[in-house]
Amino acid sequence: MSVAFLLEVNALTRRFGGLVAVKDLDFNVRSGEILGLIGPNGSGKSTVMKMIMGIVRPSSGSIRLGGVELAGLPPHKVARQGVGLVFQHSRPLNRQTVLENIKVALLPDSLFALFADRRVDNEARAIAERVGLGHLVDRKPPTLAFADLRRLELAKAVARHPRLVLVDEPFAGLTASEVRELAALIREFRDDGRAVVLVDHNVKSVSALVDRVLALYLGERIAEGSAQEVMQHETVRRVYLGGDLKMSAARSERSAAAAADGLVVENASVLYGKAQALQDVSLHVRQGEFVSLVGLNGAGKTTLFNAISGLVPYSGSIRWAGDRLNGRSPAAIARGGIVQCPETRELFGDMSVRENLDLGGDHLAADERARTLLWLFELFPILADRQDQIARSLSGGEQQMLAIARALAMKPKFLMLDEPTLGLAPVILETLSHALERLRRESSITVLLGEQNVTFALPHADRVYVLDHARIAWEGPPRQFETEGAAHFL
Amino acid sequence: MRALLANRLFWLCAVALLGASLLPFWVSGYVLGLLTVAYFTGVYAMSWDLLFGFAGEVNFGPTFLIGLGAYTAGILDAQFSPALSVWWCVAGGTTAAVIGGVVLALPALRVSGPYFGLTTLVAVLILQNCVVVFASLTGGEIGLAVPDVITVDPKLNYLMALGFMILAGAILFALSRSSVGLVLQASGQDAVQAAALGFNVTKHKLFAFTVSAFFSGLAGALMVFYMGTASVGTFIDIAIAVQIIIAAVLGGRRTVIGAAIGAMFLIVLAEVLRPLGDLATLVVSIIALLVILFFPNGFLGMLGGARA
Repeated sequence: MSVAFLLEVNALTRRFGGLVAVKDLDFNVRSGEILGLIGPNGSGKSTVMKMIMGIVRPSSGSIRLGGVELAGLPPHKVARQGVGLVFQHSRPLNRQTVLENIKVALLPDSLFALFADRRVDNEARAIAERVGLGHLVDRKPPTLAFADLRRLELAKAVARHPRLVLVDEPFAGLTASEVRELAALIREFRDDGRAVVLVDHNVKSVSALVDRVLALYLGERIAEGSAQEVMQHETVRRVYLGGDLKMSAARSERSAAAAADGLVVENASVLYGKAQALQDVSLHVRQGEFVSLVGLNGAGKTTLFNAISGLVPYSGSIRWAGDRLNGRSPAAIARGGIVQCPETRELFGDMSVRENLDLGGDHLAADERARTLLWLFELFPILADRQDQIARSLSGGEQQMLAIARALAMKPKFLMLDEPTLGLAPVILETLSHALERLRRESSITVLLGEQNVTFALPHADRVYVLDHARIAWEGPPRQFETEGAAHFL
Repeated sequence: MRALLANRLFWLCAVALLGASLLPFWVSGYVLGLLTVAYFTGVYAMSWDLLFGFAGEVNFGPTFLIGLGAYTAGILDAQFSPALSVWWCVAGGTTAAVIGGVVLALPALRVSGPYFGLTTLVAVLILQNCVVVFASLTGGEIGLAVPDVITVDPKLNYLMALGFMILAGAILFALSRSSVGLVLQASGQDAVQAAALGFNVTKHKLFAFTVSAFFSGLAGALMVFYMGTASVGTFIDIAIAVQIIIAAVLGGRRTVIGAAIGAMFLIVLAEVLRPLGDLATLVVSIIALLVILFFPNGFLGMLGGARA
């Protein structure tokens, strides 16, 4: 017996330039069903969601809701067909009350309906009551707690009774009890007969809620089934946990140094507005040590790096070789030899490879700069060939190598590498991995590597930290990761 | 609380406007003339705030719309007076501004971010060039002499400008507080989310541009008949555009009324400081800069901030 599907996605494809973000994807969702759409960063899940909503136009393929083709429609027409999107980052109207914010969602798309009637008011109150904002309708958004802002986003998205609700990372930044309350709300949507698609990084966070999970990797489906089945799935485990791990010899002779000589982070916390991006994190990296910080997107890796670099305000203390970094300017910290290679690379796109490298080594004496450059070209031979090429025109992998090389050109004492593997093809990863291996062998630079790709992060590490939901969840040697640390990860 | 604030502000405005309407019995024609110009500038600034404060689009070319209105009305009058009454010329000027506004906004709204602003800036330069190139029609750099005026009585002119500002302000304020205003604000703040809620963002922004063009053009056309001449320096020049923008930001973004207050403040202050000679403009600019730097929400923002 076949059950009619509400949402039918067929052969959906989206290319961005040469990159295929979503490739020939098929899936369906029934009314009264919650589908979890999961995948690591760059897997294409957000692109799928944006294509359904009409924010991103599909390159090809079809998206049908109740038999009506949505592909190619602008977002406001998709919304009118009965699709609601719960945004992860809320930007409510701060001068208006919660009630007025909900009312916005209920207003007609007309230039002639100047004033809303009483019915809209009542309806908005009913929705506020339903999502648990009943007692807050007269407050203004800046005075609301983070979880209540998320509720407000939910309220807006379901105000028009959409048949399909798309929810983007509903639980990011919430506490366990808030997660339970919000999950109950989402379950109610399902029980109303709506179809719900939850987009998230990992199965764990949505497993209690979803009826079915579709796992994506590099724009393609790798597994589909119940949360349990997907978590056991071989490919999923390989994508999230990596295959057989080849460990390289620890730099044991160097890691004997005292902990106080290197980086010491104590009780660091960071708030972004009301979202807790880093909570009471303590860790240390000894001089000469290579430490991997493993965590999914949104776990707080970049935030920690930015705190160390002095780019975001934080509480707690961060010291390097005994000196407090708190309150120093980012430039002073970088000049002190603490260098971050950001996940966004931040290359000077219109300059040549050579110019980018020269800027990195700008503060060095000429002969030392020349020596460093030679060493860098040995480490990344491809950059030597591409010296005169404009950085923007490099491939993703070459750009990443250039970003690392530029950071190294600064002759750092302590190097933070933020997700160097982001969006790169497996063959490039191997090249990068070799370069890191040589870096480890041939230099005494202290390294903190932030990664969600475990296969890449573990082999070089002397020690591993797992960062989960803004907190350190596990610490240990790489060998014990799969048995102990992995539970925090899937 | 909010209603109270709105009410107090309302009563303050009412008293101030009542006082303003009695001014012709007290002050000289010179002061009345100054305030007349201030009121027209107030309408320009309020129209601009509808676009920037609510639709979230920075229009660097308010004088494109004003100039279109002013010059079209002036040229119509110069060519067809007395066959064509002044009021038809005003209507013609307003229509031209609205059409020009839509023609500009349609392609300009397709580009996002700073490019919208740049497009509007270029529009001003093009209009300025057109005035110079078609000098036989427009009077070129010397200016266009407009044969008719609405009235020569400074008191009547003053009251007319005041009434027009009050009417335009009331309409723009009501619009900003209406459902459409709410959707506009949502579109200005987060266009993607507004669209995902089912609103045609382009339609709403185009509407805001049209309304802004309507009031800018109408004010420009009326001011031409008050001044009796039109010149690039009074209606189109980028400096005028900058003054309007500063007035709106100074008074308080997203308040409509603040924009008018800012315009009057700038013009009256420049007059008070006139004894300083060339220094006057500098002092006014520095004051404006300080307010924008330290109170980005402007005069009305300070007021609201003190209460909150």
